[in-house]
Amino acid sequence: MTLLNALLALGVLSLLFGALLGYAAIRFKVESDPLVEQIDDILPQTQCGQCGYPGCRPYAEAIANGDDINKCPPGGEATIKKLAELLGVEAKPLNAAQEVAVKRVAFIREEECIGCTKCIQACPVDAILGASKQMHTVIADECTGCDLCVEPCPVDCIDMIPVTVTAERWKWDLNTIPVKLVE
Amino acid sequence: MPTLFQQIQAGTLWDFHGGIHPPARKAQTSGKPLVQMPLPDRLYIPIRQHIGVAGRLIVSAGQRVLKGQPLTVADNSMAVPVHAPTSGTILKITEHTSAHPSALPETTVILAPDGKEEWRDRRPLNIATADRHSILERLQDSGIAGMGGAGFPTHLKAGMTQPVDYLIINAVECEPYISADDALMQEAPTTIVKGIDILCQLLSPKAVLIGIEADKPIAIAALKAACSQREHYYVREVPVKYPSGGEKQLIQLLTNKEVPAGRRPADIGIVMHNVATAFAVAQAVLDDHPLLSRIVTVTGETVLQPQNVLALVGTPVSALLDFCGFQSEPRQKVIMGGPMMGFTLPDLSVPIVKTTNCILAPSTTELPDAGPELDCIRCGQCADACPATLLPQQLLWYSKAKDTDKLKEYHLADCIECGACAYVCPSEIPLVQYYRVAKAEIREQQREALKAEQAKARFEARNARLEAEKQQRLARNQQLAATRQQAQPADSQDAVAAALARVKAQQDASAEKSREQILAERELRKQQALAYQAQKAQTNESAATQSDTKTPTAASDTATTQSAAAEADSKAAAIAAAEDPRKAAVAAALARAKAQRAAAEPLTPAATAETKPVSPADAEPAAMAPVSDDPRKAAVAAALARAKARQAAASAESSPEPTSSSAAETTTPVAEQPDARKAAVAAALARAKARKALSNGNGSQTE
Amino acid sequence: MSFKIASSPHHHSQRSTQQLMQWVALAALPGIALQAVFFGYGVIVQLLLAISTAWLSEALVLWLRKKPVLPRLLDHSALVTAVLLAISIPPYAPWWLIVIGTAFAIIMVKQLYGGLGNNLFNPAMAAYVMLLISFPVQMTQWLPPVSLQQAALSPLDAFCMVFMQYSCSGFSLSQLQLGIDGTTLATPLDTLRQDLNNGLTVSESLQRPVFFAFAGTGWLWVNLAYLLGGMLLIKLKVISWRIPLALLAGLAVPALLFWLGSSGASPSPLFHLFSGATMLAAFFIATDPVSASTTDRGRLWYGALIGLLVYIIRSYGGYPDAFAFAVLLANMCVPLIDYYTRPRTYGHKAKRDVK
Repeated sequence: MTLLNALLALGVLSLLFGALLGYAAIRFKVESDPLVEQIDDILPQTQCGQCGYPGCRPYAEAIANGDDINKCPPGGEATIKKLAELLGVEAKPLNAAQEVAVKRVAFIREEECIGCTKCIQACPVDAILGASKQMHTVIADECTGCDLCVEPCPVDCIDMIPVTVTAERWKWDLNTIPVKLVE
Repeated sequence: MPTLFQQIQAGTLWDFHGGIHPPARKAQTSGKPLVQMPLPDRLYIPIRQHIGVAGRLIVSAGQRVLKGQPLTVADNSMAVPVHAPTSGTILKITEHTSAHPSALPETTVILAPDGKEEWRDRRPLNIATADRHSILERLQDSGIAGMGGAGFPTHLKAGMTQPVDYLIINAVECEPYISADDALMQEAPTTIVKGIDILCQLLSPKAVLIGIEADKPIAIAALKAACSQREHYYVREVPVKYPSGGEKQLIQLLTNKEVPAGRRPADIGIVMHNVATAFAVAQAVLDDHPLLSRIVTVTGETVLQPQNVLALVGTPVSALLDFCGFQSEPRQKVIMGGPMMGFTLPDLSVPIVKTTNCILAPSTTELPDAGPELDCIRCGQCADACPATLLPQQLLWYSKAKDTDKLKEYHLADCIECGACAYVCPSEIPLVQYYRVAKAEIREQQREALKAEQAKARFEARNARLEAEKQQRLARNQQLAATRQQAQPADSQDAVAAALARVKAQQDASAEKSREQILAERELRKQQALAYQAQKAQTNESAATQSDTKTPTAASDTATTQSAAAEADSKAAAIAAAEDPRKAAVAAALARAKAQRAAAEPLTPAATAETKPVSPADAEPAAMAPVSDDPRKAAVAAALARAKARQAAASAESSPEPTSSSAAETTTPVAEQPDARKAAVAAALARAKARKALSNGNGSQTE
Repeated sequence: MSFKIASSPHHHSQRSTQQLMQWVALAALPGIALQAVFFGYGVIVQLLLAISTAWLSEALVLWLRKKPVLPRLLDHSALVTAVLLAISIPPYAPWWLIVIGTAFAIIMVKQLYGGLGNNLFNPAMAAYVMLLISFPVQMTQWLPPVSLQQAALSPLDAFCMVFMQYSCSGFSLSQLQLGIDGTTLATPLDTLRQDLNNGLTVSESLQRPVFFAFAGTGWLWVNLAYLLGGMLLIKLKVISWRIPLALLAGLAVPALLFWLGSSGASPSPLFHLFSGATMLAAFFIATDPVSASTTDRGRLWYGALIGLLVYIIRSYGGYPDAFAFAVLLANMCVPLIDYYTRPRTYGHKAKRDVK
């Protein structure tokens, strides 16, 4: 009899708590972005395709489906760290084949451009201006440095040049200041 | 309980958290008379000396300029011009080490003074009649930017439309060593007050509070005397404590108000101007004397005559130091600004700018280098000293960990970089440096995040556009096909039907067909294809005119598709035919010539030796040879040469036949074409062929 | 000539960590001297042992961690840890006790956490607790004040006692512990506690010779000396007044309440303030900056917490004096205290934006 009582009591209790938990889960549900959105927000949106996917969003979808998080060279370690945090997985070092480079933007040597528009078609963010048989130019502010325009150019007139440091964007690296020596 | 205004009127002063008392060391310069510096050999005038954007250069090298003549013109409100500090000739306009902690080069006008001090026309304003707009315009045109250190354009601060309760004149000058403002107040108190009058006219505040640190008795007396006629001007002695001259700190000292985080003093009805700015305002408005010079304290133990110097903007620091008898030591530091917030100069060609108030050349015993950085022992002295009531020790921890979220939570952005924390730190940790790096990092991240967002938006917009275009094209093609079917005359339809029937017949009994029959059929098909291509070219043209109404990018894309079509050899020929019969003839001639050549010298070793580009260097002169004077042709030739170089490099291992023939082809048309546009077309053709040849070569290799 | 690039500020106050630590050690000197006078020269021997062990172990670990040995050794933080531990343990405790304790403090509690500035716990107190738990007998062998001892010990005796546990004249520690009246003498706190447990009232217990004055001969003077040293540190701004004051208040206020409630069963607040290690802990131990709270309000909470814990442990716990435990417990609360006592930053609303 006591055994039955105990079982009954425990059973009722567990039901009660279960119901309570279930209710709380529904009542206090936190609406969050779908995972893909969150991953996409972390990715640097260079649309460079170095991950092997045609753009950041497809890679975000791939990550959500279990792909590695270390395939994004433009994002570097910081992005991997954030992704690891979001997904609760271990942060891996950047894929060895893809190494982080200095930030660069494309630059068209304009006197050499023949106006073939191939780079315009390649640019994922429409950062190249120009028309057929007209000289093209890169809008440096919009360029994500994805490299995709370099390969299609038939006359090799596109260079990836490092972004020049301006006083506003200087990161207080005192050691890089060249000290002029006066005898 | 008296109101805040009554308390302020009664002379109540408040206090701010923290602060430090470093040795002031102002006596070396404050008692001495102000000295005018003779003209230096060269003046280096950076075109941007304030916070904001540079004006547009309106002078050029070799030009003679008069004293006070603007060198740049402000084309938006965030820009202020710079002026020629004296008459002379502009030697050149170049990049020169900037008066910025980074010492990154900035555009600088280099001026050789001629010693004549010849002024441009001066038109003083009558402030009694001048309207608000013309005064503000004068301030901007005179290049006045805050002279306290930040260099914010003064016309923006003085042209505030929000109601202003208090105009605070910052004459605190709390940093050790500096006495430039002190000297100015002793020298020209009445001009300063006139400047304040003008600022009052613009801002109409309830009261003017002039804050001076208590260790400048002469300046205080001078200003009090000059203000004696003004009822609502209050000269307030603030206790000696660093950084009481900080904008936020002085506001708290004088009004007990705090500027809310991320807002400006104007939001709480306060505008603050530096005392030197007030002086410059008076000069600009009343004398039409733009900001050409400023008082600079030159001090430190390695300077024999420490003193306050009236120096022209653009004077190199070396000239100024030499004037004061500078004797350098090994491991010498030369600091622009004070010992707390100034920055060291990497070389002495850096010019004095509008915000430079001090050049400090201390000996190594006077201001010794910081010792080795030890670990933080969490003693909390930094927190006690922080005027913004931050927790520097926590900020250090998170700065090292690069934890930007935590840094934001601990309000790193509210740090004013006054250096009080690093001053008191017993472990000699360069705290401010850590914060600056962290702040720059955060700014960069924000910039990147913004950019990523924009890039994403652009990427998505582009995808949407491409998708829409694809749909459009599909729809149009379907429509065109339908109309074509309707419009085609019955006989051609019959012809098609006949052709179809023939095909069927062929399939039924292909073996029985005679050779003549087959040839005739082939001819017929060829004609049909030609007719279709001509039609297509026409529709393409009409599509181009349609797309004119679209956005430029879209237009360029349509152009792109056109040009892509042009790339294909046969199509290009077809289009050319549609456009211009002459060109078609030329193209046909070209094609014939090529065919001949290809037939005539396919495998002759002599031809191979003659035209085969073995290396890029060889290719270059080969391509250059037929080039005429036309620069565009030169560009084309260069492009060709590059294309060849590429090809040569790529197909070095492949069989030489296609390479040689294509090279021969590519050179000939250039030589033959007199017309530049035709040359470009030819170049495109040549390129396409070169590519084809390349792929052929590769193909033959794989075969 | 070459120019030096440096980050502002270019001016630094001339106070270094080294000087701060030196001042702490110097300010403890009067107390140490009185301790030696009242409780025997053993404390000097312990000090020497502790300091040399601390330096050796610090140097060893720094060398192993490939850090610059000399500059960090000269910050004197190891010295202060050694001094605090040496004056906290019984003066005639065997030599290995202090050696183990100091090595533990430096190597385990300080360096293994990352060295100076990174340790969660006060090294001296963590070591003290370790010793107290591992060697309870040796750690409670306090001698009565010299004036109550049967035979006074010379400095040489002190040396022999520490190293061989027998004085030169052959007395053992337990023999020395016997008072003039032949009963074992413990510290005042100990005695009082036992007496109270045995049903005596406070005033009855205070009649015993160990008390002579209101808080016991010697103990009062030692505490006063540490108070003096502490005042000096506050004056020199080496330490902030907040932790000591809050600590003493945290101890005195409950003591006062209970004393007013039943003066028979609880000793007076003054007795609490001037016996045991109260002043030493308040001014020298709890103020260790590394493991203490760093915000102004946090320091008040931190000090008060220690004071309260000490009162509770003294009154109800198993140990007569409880500073080590109280400090360690408060150390654990520091991150929490710091987080919730962040000051209002200039220009921000008073409401804390705790998420």
